[in-house]
Amino acid sequence: MNLFKKKNYITIQHVQNTKNEDIESPSIPDGLWLKCKYCKKTVYKKDIGEYKICPHCGGHFRIGAMERIALITDENSFEEINGNMCAKNPMGYPDYDVTIKKAQEKSGLKDGVVTGLCTINGYKAVIAVMDSNFMMGSMGSVVGEKVTRAVEKATALKLPIIIFTTSGGARMQEGIISLMQMAKVSAALSKHNDAGLLYITVLTDPTTGGVSASFGMLGDIILAEPKTLIGFAGQRVIEGTINEKLPEGFQTAEFQLEHGFVDKIVRRDELKETIGKILKMHCVEGGGF
Amino acid sequence: MNRAMKSVTMSRMISRPTTLEFIDEIFDDFIEFHGDRLFKDDKSIVGGIATLDGKPVTVVGVQKGHTIEDNLARNFGSPHPEGYRKALRLMKQAEKFNRPVITFVNTSGAYCGIGAEERGQGEAIARNLIEMADLKVPIICIFIGEGGSGGALALAVADEVWMLENGMYAVLSPEGFASILWRNPSRVEEAAELMKITAQDLIQNKVIDKIIPEPEDGLHNNLKYSTDIIKTELINKLEVLSNKNIEDLLSERYNRFRQFGEYSE
Repeated sequence: MNLFKKKNYITIQHVQNTKNEDIESPSIPDGLWLKCKYCKKTVYKKDIGEYKICPHCGGHFRIGAMERIALITDENSFEEINGNMCAKNPMGYPDYDVTIKKAQEKSGLKDGVVTGLCTINGYKAVIAVMDSNFMMGSMGSVVGEKVTRAVEKATALKLPIIIFTTSGGARMQEGIISLMQMAKVSAALSKHNDAGLLYITVLTDPTTGGVSASFGMLGDIILAEPKTLIGFAGQRVIEGTINEKLPEGFQTAEFQLEHGFVDKIVRRDELKETIGKILKMHCVEGGGF
Repeated sequence: MNRAMKSVTMSRMISRPTTLEFIDEIFDDFIEFHGDRLFKDDKSIVGGIATLDGKPVTVVGVQKGHTIEDNLARNFGSPHPEGYRKALRLMKQAEKFNRPVITFVNTSGAYCGIGAEERGQGEAIARNLIEMADLKVPIICIFIGEGGSGGALALAVADEVWMLENGMYAVLSPEGFASILWRNPSRVEEAAELMKITAQDLIQNKVIDKIIPEPEDGLHNNLKYSTDIIKTELINKLEVLSNKNIEDLLSERYNRFRQFGEYSE
């Protein structure tokens, strides 16, 4: 009888990991083991470290806005602004309040972006950090308004703005008003730009749709984390339109670098240092040599 | 068929007059210019210079066709990045020579394909948004048919946005909305109604500023009915906008888009 025989292996729950599901379920599952969506290898949770990087392939696991802020800003320097802003229901979408509530519980945030003032290696900046745990970082009124106010604040205080993007695109439940956010944020960036101020975009996985087609692609300097999905149209939509399979590596950060749309790919554990250096080189009063 | 679905159907009719027909009726001496100076000439965007009431203007619009052959050449009115870059080039040219810009929107959306992504569809749209927000000449945008998402917005950051009575403007197609949010493409009519995409809905939430009436016998039978109205309105409005000082014009344009959003604090 082997009824009481101990197994000499542990069972790992099989996580089905198709491209589509990557987009819909960004959070790291609980438990001791994780599966890297890039190399498909199973990783012991502690091995990914505080930066959440796969030890096998260097793929970056998605992280939340507060986690990101802790990694990037100087200790105790972050001061949140507009932290209480919440979504309303401009289109009267059925049960939108329920959807919002669930997303708030899941992410611990009021909506898909956290904004505030901070220092990075001692340099002052305004930052806006999106969070894919909140309805896939979709941009509705709150995301648009908070990012716009962050940009306006940076313009008023003559500070750089750094935006960490992660978004599936416009918040469809808010209809045309979500589309208008793209114009609103871009117009605010135009004023910041005219004031001669620095805008750094950091594209993190995934940055697609309306965010890539507005502030995502407007940075003076555009950085991206390795292997990040970056593109305008969703891959399913493109496959459906052209009726063929997409090439390997399509719409990755490396693809965007190759095609000239990203300045530099930077690993998460080197991001703070890189941003700090860039800020340092832009804080010379009046520029010049 | 509900009212919203009627707009969807009418705005997509293959017989619906296209941008070039509107240009022909409204303006004189139109000269079409081609190319983005970077990659190629995207035939789904047309543009150039013309006169309106004797004064020079720049016109740019999305071009669809009336036949399959024509539509293939025009890519069914779905521009690639080079189309948006051509539009921007012509708008910057208008700024240099201080002439107003009139844009015509009629697209189901920016094209979704490999080449479009390789050449930066997102960047091309984003660039138009930021540049149009600060373009130092009056811009009036007219939705003559479909207005699909970012691909429409890329020509619609304007001082005034007008729409033909049976036009539409939405964050995505009602078919896409129904299949993504409800996983049920057959609920398209319900989606169209909920999405508030008709001219009547859009003027209420200030996305558009004016509705251009269409003739009872159909726009394709009597285009002049609507273009006569557009011509008169354009002449009047451009005179008002051109007389503003540029700071006022730009700050009003900024506030026009700044106001959008519903939230609590």
